[in-house]
Amino acid sequence: MDFALVLKQAWPMLMQGLKLTVEISLISIAIGMVIGLVSCLMGLSKLKILNAISAVYVWIIRGTPMIVQAFIVYYGIPIVVQQFNPAFVISEFLAGVITLSLNAGAYLSEIFRSGIQAVDNGQVEASRSLGIPSGKTMFKVVLPQAFKITIPSIVNQFIITIKDTSILSVISLAELCNQAKQYSASTYRFFEVYIIIGVLYLIIISLLMILSKYVEKKVSYDRTK
Amino acid sequence: MTEPSKVKVTNLHKYFGKLEVLKGIDMTVSEGEVVCLIGPSGSGKSTLLRCLNKLEESTKGDIIVDGYLISDKKTDINKVRENIGMVFQQFNLFAHMSVLKNIMFAPVELKIMNKAQAKEKAMALLERVGLADKADAYPHQLSGGQKQRVAIARALAMNPDIMLFDEPTSALDPEMVGEVLQVMKELAAEGMTMVVVTHEMGFAREVADRVLFMDEGVICEQGTPEEVFGNPQQERTKDFLRKVL
Repeated sequence: MDFALVLKQAWPMLMQGLKLTVEISLISIAIGMVIGLVSCLMGLSKLKILNAISAVYVWIIRGTPMIVQAFIVYYGIPIVVQQFNPAFVISEFLAGVITLSLNAGAYLSEIFRSGIQAVDNGQVEASRSLGIPSGKTMFKVVLPQAFKITIPSIVNQFIITIKDTSILSVISLAELCNQAKQYSASTYRFFEVYIIIGVLYLIIISLLMILSKYVEKKVSYDRTK
Repeated sequence: MTEPSKVKVTNLHKYFGKLEVLKGIDMTVSEGEVVCLIGPSGSGKSTLLRCLNKLEESTKGDIIVDGYLISDKKTDINKVRENIGMVFQQFNLFAHMSVLKNIMFAPVELKIMNKAQAKEKAMALLERVGLADKADAYPHQLSGGQKQRVAIARALAMNPDIMLFDEPTSALDPEMVGEVLQVMKELAAEGMTMVVVTHEMGFAREVADRVLFMDEGVICEQGTPEEVFGNPQQERTKDFLRKVL
């Protein structure tokens, strides 16, 4: 066992992997939040067709493993598109972002919905009775309160998304886990390198948790801690 | 009555599913008039009140408020609601906003006032309901009576022509009822048109110009407080008043 040696040898490639992991997580979380919000609002809309689109989307994403979705996006879809445009290729990065953000979006959609439904309807009635239109009521009255209620669940989803990036090693995305796999395949230093990347994941997620505690405190208006 | 009517309801019916909760209501409220709706639970008073700003959709009949036919789907209800203040039993203050922000919210969002004007107006209203020192507090830090006074101030911030009160003191501890009724009395004295669903018979007797007694979805009896409380004509009214007075 020689952590010093492994750190020295693998550090540059692990840092590259870490950078990619963080990048793809941040981008996918951001896109996933937008998709989740849109899907959630579609689900709560009065239009049946929008309800249906949202329901089918959430159903498919939650009902299939992410590894299957990643294979479909990366290997499957290009084959179909190439029928029409033979030059079409999709990068590992783009396929990864699509898979991860669709995934996060589906779960966030459900989280947002539960939060919105947890806000007392009296809040909506008060706003509407003042003449505030329904859209503005949603964004200024309901969503801020729903957001606060669901921060722990949202952060939980962020954590899952960060960890799910490791699944993208199956489409040869050079993220952290894949870098460790490459390194250990040639050096047989499985123990050291996987312990090291485990610690790296732990550090990123701990940072996220600290940030979330801070945000939770920042937006708390009904508890004095 | 010679004053123009602020509210005119004609043959209003309202169903919840198969249940008919309003069975042909006719009522008018004149400008500056204070009308109290009394009656047993489930008589439809709150539903009638909520139909007046379309928080409940009427099933049949015409409702004209402030000159707008609000039972017509084409009427821009948001525009009408700007002139109808509503106060709820459960206060419904925006939990994520300070008292000041609660009051400034509608005038600012609807671009009726800029922030400075809205703040000035809000502070004046808080002064008026005796809560200027609570401007920066959050709703959860207030007592029930204070919350309800803020809720009244919030509704008044839009300079409404009509105020609707849905059992404004029913969720309050007894010792806080007085402070809320006091604010309402002052409002009535200033000539505000008010429709009040209430169980406070003392308030109805003292402040109302007209009392409507409702039971089982119809207005059974109406008249001045002296008439309704002093000399009720209907058996059901007598029966109800015996129980509550």
